Amino acid sequence: MVSVEGGGAPVSSGIEIRRLVKWYGSQPALRGIDLAVAPEEILALFGSNGAGKTTLLRILAGRVRPTSGTIRVAGHMLDRDGNEVRRALGVLAHGHQLYEALTARENLAYATAMLGLDRPGERLAQALSRVGLESAADSRVRTFSSGMKRRLALAKLMLREPKVILLDEPFASLDLQATKVLEEFLMASKAAGATTILATHNLTMGYGVADRVAILRQGRLVFDGRREETSLEAFRALFALHGEREEGG
Amino acid sequence: MSFARRVWAIAWKDLLAEWRDRESVTAMFYFAFLVLFLFSFALGADQALIRGASSGLLWLAFTFTSVLGLGRSIQGELENDCLDGLLLYPAEREAIYLGKLCGNFSAILVVEMVTLPIFAVLYNMDLWSQLPKLMVIAVPGTLGLAATGTLLSSMTAGLRAREAMLPFLLFPLTIPLLLAAVRGTEVVLLGEPFELAVPWLKLMAAFDTVVLVVSLMTFEYLVEE
Repeated sequence: MVSVEGGGAPVSSGIEIRRLVKWYGSQPALRGIDLAVAPEEILALFGSNGAGKTTLLRILAGRVRPTSGTIRVAGHMLDRDGNEVRRALGVLAHGHQLYEALTARENLAYATAMLGLDRPGERLAQALSRVGLESAADSRVRTFSSGMKRRLALAKLMLREPKVILLDEPFASLDLQATKVLEEFLMASKAAGATTILATHNLTMGYGVADRVAILRQGRLVFDGRREETSLEAFRALFALHGEREEGG
Repeated sequence: MSFARRVWAIAWKDLLAEWRDRESVTAMFYFAFLVLFLFSFALGADQALIRGASSGLLWLAFTFTSVLGLGRSIQGELENDCLDGLLLYPAEREAIYLGKLCGNFSAILVVEMVTLPIFAVLYNMDLWSQLPKLMVIAVPGTLGLAATGTLLSSMTAGLRAREAMLPFLLFPLTIPLLLAAVRGTEVVLLGEPFELAVPWLKLMAAFDTVVLVVSLMTFEYLVEE
């Protein structure tokens, strides 16, 4: 059972996780996570496959129900105010979540309608231009390379200004230019007060954009610290010490 | 306003994707044709037998093709994790259900409209003079099928055996609806007074209302993991 804390108005923003446990049948995925990420903070979460990174992000996005624990996202209890949480969220998931029969423009137009955004045409053109897909705007997504699809997914994320951003392997399939666009978006969102958690295998890229770095291993948070307290080399050694293998970095 | 905009956006997206690929509609139409074609051989040239069985055969074809269409509709959402993306929007779950329902209902109805002339030719029936009355029966019948199927296909989307589970759940649940649709269609095809179809229409309307209310109330819980 997910407990419900307090009664009335939201008391804080950012992300607060207390004693989060998730079991898939008899298999533990998360074994008691306590974590708080403040507004204007970017947390990079590292861990090997099966460490529980994606499960944690899916729980925060409200797509997987936790076994127990308390979660507050952008000041709203996740189990009680699902729609308010979704309104605050921007998610870049592992799958690109695009309809391949539609064009890039149609996919974004659909997203603006679903998000209930004003000035949809302007936002759509701006997002396409930021990821460099203006010339491919009227091509079907089916004809895109995986990098282009990832950029379009990024454009979808950029249609609005989320308060909480969840990114699952955000650097996968992105070229240097698109990675720079993502980094600029994260910095702009941070300046606007957004809270970000990104889960990645890529130590160099994740460390580069984060304020805080954490290591998740077999469902447990085994390290959580400020980036400036640990050099990349020291963090890499710590990562290896926990038996993790770096990829793409 | 944004509720209606979201319902329209989902239905528009489904229909546009279907129009572009024509995968689902083509498969549904071909399947409906096959069912009617094979049964026309099985029944032979006995006109009395054909007239007695025709409304049942027509709804058999409609029901089977609906299952095909509903299955493919949810399959489209499962590709590239689009269903996850859809459920991550800050949209009322009722709007998502109604949007998917509108898309499914329109696609099934289009296939039915294309199937009717083939049915008329294969079974030597004069449908044209009865077409408006036939539509009065077909629309609530199709709405009930689409409403039940949209709920069940979303519910079984996460299951490995979803292709088997959808018909397994849909057919028994829609027995009252199909019974009413078959009887109503029979009245029209046999040229009996349309008043005889009114009780069946009422049954279909009641079925549709119950399914819509239950679906709108439960969709949120059924699509969450």
